[in-house]
Amino acid sequence: MKVRSKPVINSSGLILPEPFSDWFASRGWEPRAHQLELLAETAAGRSMLLIAPTGAGKTLAGFLPSLAELTARSTPKPGAAGFRSLHTLYISPLKALAVDIERNLARPVAEMGLPVRIETRTGDTPQSKRARQRSDPPDILLTTPEQVSLLIANAHAQRLFAGLRYVIFDELHSLIASKRGHLLSLALARLRKLAPDLRTIGLSATVADPEELQRWLVPQSPGSDAMAGRITVTGGASPVITILESAERIPWSGHSARYAIPEVYQTIKDHRTTLIFVNTRSQAELLFQELWRSNDDNLPIALHHGSLDAAQRRRVEAAMGRNELRAVVATSTLDLGIDWGDVDLVIHVGAPKGASRLAQRIGRSNHRMDEPSRAILTPANRFEVLECQAAIDANYVGAQDTPPGGDGGLDVLAQHVLGMAAAAPFAADDLYAEVTSAAPYAYLDRDTFDKIIAFVATGGYALKSYERYARIRKRADGLWRISNPQVAQQYRLNIGTIIEAPMLNVRMTSRKTGTLSGRGGPPLGKVEEYFLETLSPGDTFLFSGKILRFEGIRENECLVSRAWDQDPKVPAYAGGKFPLSTYLAQGVRAMIADPSKWSALPDQVSDWLQLQQQVSQLPAADSLLIETFPRAERYFMVFYPFEGRVAHQTLGMLLTRRLERMGAQPLGFVATDYSLAIWALQDTGAMIADGRLSLGDLFDEDMLGDDLDAWLNESWLLKRTFRACAVISGLIERRHPGKEKSGRQVTVSADLIYDVLRSHEPDHILLRATRADAAQGLLDIHRLGAMLKRIKGHIRHRALERISPLAVPIMLEIGREPVVGEAHESILAEAAEDLLAEAQTLS
Amino acid sequence: MPGATAALKTRTPASGPTTVDVTVNGTAVVCDRTGVIWLPDSGTLVVSDLHLEKGAAHARRGMLLPPYDTAATLARLAVAIARYNPRLVISLGDSFHDRSGSQYLPDCYRDELIGLQRGRQWSWIEGNHDPERPAGLEGDWCSQLHVETLVFRHEPNYGAADGEIAGHLHPVARVVRRGKGVRRPCFASDGKRMLMPAFGSTTGGLELRHSAMRGLFDQNALVAHLIGRERMYSVAFTRMNG
Repeated sequence: MKVRSKPVINSSGLILPEPFSDWFASRGWEPRAHQLELLAETAAGRSMLLIAPTGAGKTLAGFLPSLAELTARSTPKPGAAGFRSLHTLYISPLKALAVDIERNLARPVAEMGLPVRIETRTGDTPQSKRARQRSDPPDILLTTPEQVSLLIANAHAQRLFAGLRYVIFDELHSLIASKRGHLLSLALARLRKLAPDLRTIGLSATVADPEELQRWLVPQSPGSDAMAGRITVTGGASPVITILESAERIPWSGHSARYAIPEVYQTIKDHRTTLIFVNTRSQAELLFQELWRSNDDNLPIALHHGSLDAAQRRRVEAAMGRNELRAVVATSTLDLGIDWGDVDLVIHVGAPKGASRLAQRIGRSNHRMDEPSRAILTPANRFEVLECQAAIDANYVGAQDTPPGGDGGLDVLAQHVLGMAAAAPFAADDLYAEVTSAAPYAYLDRDTFDKIIAFVATGGYALKSYERYARIRKRADGLWRISNPQVAQQYRLNIGTIIEAPMLNVRMTSRKTGTLSGRGGPPLGKVEEYFLETLSPGDTFLFSGKILRFEGIRENECLVSRAWDQDPKVPAYAGGKFPLSTYLAQGVRAMIADPSKWSALPDQVSDWLQLQQQVSQLPAADSLLIETFPRAERYFMVFYPFEGRVAHQTLGMLLTRRLERMGAQPLGFVATDYSLAIWALQDTGAMIADGRLSLGDLFDEDMLGDDLDAWLNESWLLKRTFRACAVISGLIERRHPGKEKSGRQVTVSADLIYDVLRSHEPDHILLRATRADAAQGLLDIHRLGAMLKRIKGHIRHRALERISPLAVPIMLEIGREPVVGEAHESILAEAAEDLLAEAQTLS
Repeated sequence: MPGATAALKTRTPASGPTTVDVTVNGTAVVCDRTGVIWLPDSGTLVVSDLHLEKGAAHARRGMLLPPYDTAATLARLAVAIARYNPRLVISLGDSFHDRSGSQYLPDCYRDELIGLQRGRQWSWIEGNHDPERPAGLEGDWCSQLHVETLVFRHEPNYGAADGEIAGHLHPVARVVRRGKGVRRPCFASDGKRMLMPAFGSTTGGLELRHSAMRGLFDQNALVAHLIGRERMYSVAFTRMNG
């Protein structure tokens, strides 16, 4: 059909092309002010950041400028089908989101009869379609950051992107704080070079520092403070959040919330569609299983998490879109902006770990801005009751705790440099200027950049023995080129910044006596290899909503059969954990310290706190409580800093080290979001009492100086960080053409490479990158430092005869999760003593 | 290597043996914490899976691993050789990580190796990574070698093979106590056969429970001699998990 594009002035005095105003009018809708404002600003050539709550029509606003421009564009003459480059790139952190947007955009575009071709491109897109997209690109491509990096590293990038006009970043706030965001910022810098006129549109939820996002969207240069414009949509009804009231006993610890199943099930029955969010994959599995066990009405309840097979996830998403489901149990795969049907309730099982995250999840219900979203928090244990209550008291959902973006990772830069060499020969000066136009790399110095080039070329070692094996070489014309085509191939296979734990496919097979035969049945998803290491054939576990029997591992697949047991023998591993934000930790601590607030809590929780008060004491807000008690031939110290799991883990490492030096013979520790427990062979309580162990010395602030350095250099944490840096930077391969290297082999060799590199070239650029990473995110040094300062001179020790009520939750964690610590050698010594004792009884 | 590895150790030193004496098929064998075995009666020192030039081997294929593995491995080997001053050194296969390893070996490392070989016999055993005689280096070349009651070959023969000393599998033992696992390279022996740990600085390992180990040992007699940070630890296979 023919489309006229006579612009009309609408009531706000802004330009909206005719098909759009007609379409809005035909629905009795009025374009929203922010949608028109964004249209006008971008039409004037500005890049923009749009901050809006869910339900504000953010997505349509983001696409309006490019849809308007595409509509106004002249249609090519029939027969003169020349190459037309991509017009708009839409980048989403989630594959599912890109797919969802395609669906939501297709309808208005079809209804308006716009001459616009929209396609998606994700890791799931077939090879043939990808090739076709390069030769005959759509007008709008919906994709993910990794796909963009692949496209710009291609020799045809210039042709594909030369006419690019808009780049839309959805959920920008969730991207920029990660290495994924760093890589994307470098890709954007390259896109700007290929298409100097492009404008960027960032879509974001409320963030703590919007200017950081505004800078991210536009090129940076020394001395300037260039920023995209900003439109902020405020308002929206505040959500109604309650805590699930249960007649059942709330457990001391654990994350299953099994006790609350009857109430949760009843709530599902009382609503149209309920989204049930949990924090980990295994929680999702368990909850899903339990709900089906209670599902006497056969309600359509589905499961959605990242380890499930893609086809299965698509089916759930499609059914959701058709409003066929009554409930979906989901993990963070559904966190971000997916806009589905008539969700009228969100249930959050487990404590909300982070205010922004909770707001995002609650925003899934009732996608109309003027009506309040409804959400029910379901604590899984008694500590979480406190956390949920603190969240509600503090109007938590309004708080903003998105982490700052930080400096761009050097490992990410190395990956990008290789990709740029794969695209076309480059001059170092030009690439440096391009890279430093990306906000996270604006302060990158030239010396570091040159070191990264040297690293990409030959490893950048002081010992120059790899010249003959260089991956990129500077030729006589001064341009860097890849040495051979295999380098580009290797780059493509190793792209991305997401380092996953080694995973194996889970495949259903029929159980034959003893042997495994045939190709096996359908794939169910993926599971971590280290989890499988703990299983023996015949063990049953929960996955994909089914109880499965582990049959064995064949090549890269985990073979399972259907089991009919009532209960799985091995619970699934807990998966990822999130640091508790300072914001909530303080709220929880304040609530515990103030008995007048306990009336708001369930009786069993306030009883528990009262008992703690009688037996020991309550952790006060301005001091640190330490309890010591003996148990099963070990001496325990339990600390209550309330600083989050990451900071506690770092603290545990450092304290164990000091206790070892003080002769307490610590054996291990375990950290939760609230507390830390260390156990030792020596009676630490007695040592404190008679002065052999000084708590002041133990918590001296210099802990974060030399001790931290010394510990860091040897720690598993730095090794794990190094492994990620080594893979991202391309030092270690993710995959090799033809033969898949298992992730476990990578773990082993990365540790050894780290040891060799550290002892021979401790200042190597990759070790520098590793240390910077560790200090930034993994250790929470900052929070720990603030705590050490605060508690100085305010340490309260209680020597107890037995475990205190408040210590019960963390004591139950021991043995449930792997113990980290430095006590490796004592474990070996103990095992060796066994043999000695045995030998003596034999002789 | 002055200073490089002399980091201040703050932990209490673990007192214990740095060697373990065992008997394999009637021959006295000393397992040394450096990762070699010593046969006192014949003055033989055995080292397995040196994997020299592993970094360079990967670099040839586009993975630019640090070029320091050979230096680190040779330095440790020099310490072991200085301690025992052996008449014969057996390198039990996979001495080089790939076929090009010995050919492109940098001169400094070649000189160091030649220095270690001086004044003693040296036998290279064929391995799967280095199925050819090392280029430009002294020493015998063979697929297996008999010394006293023992036979040295790179890959273990499955089935009865009394007195076999082999490498190849890079054995590590995983000891679990109170829910915590510790993994260390080890010498594994049931008194009839022994598997030696990989000596190379960047070589990984395979646990004794791995299916590749199946059928090699009498599990009730199997003891793993683990290489700890400062000493050796001996743990029976049946007691790995407490």
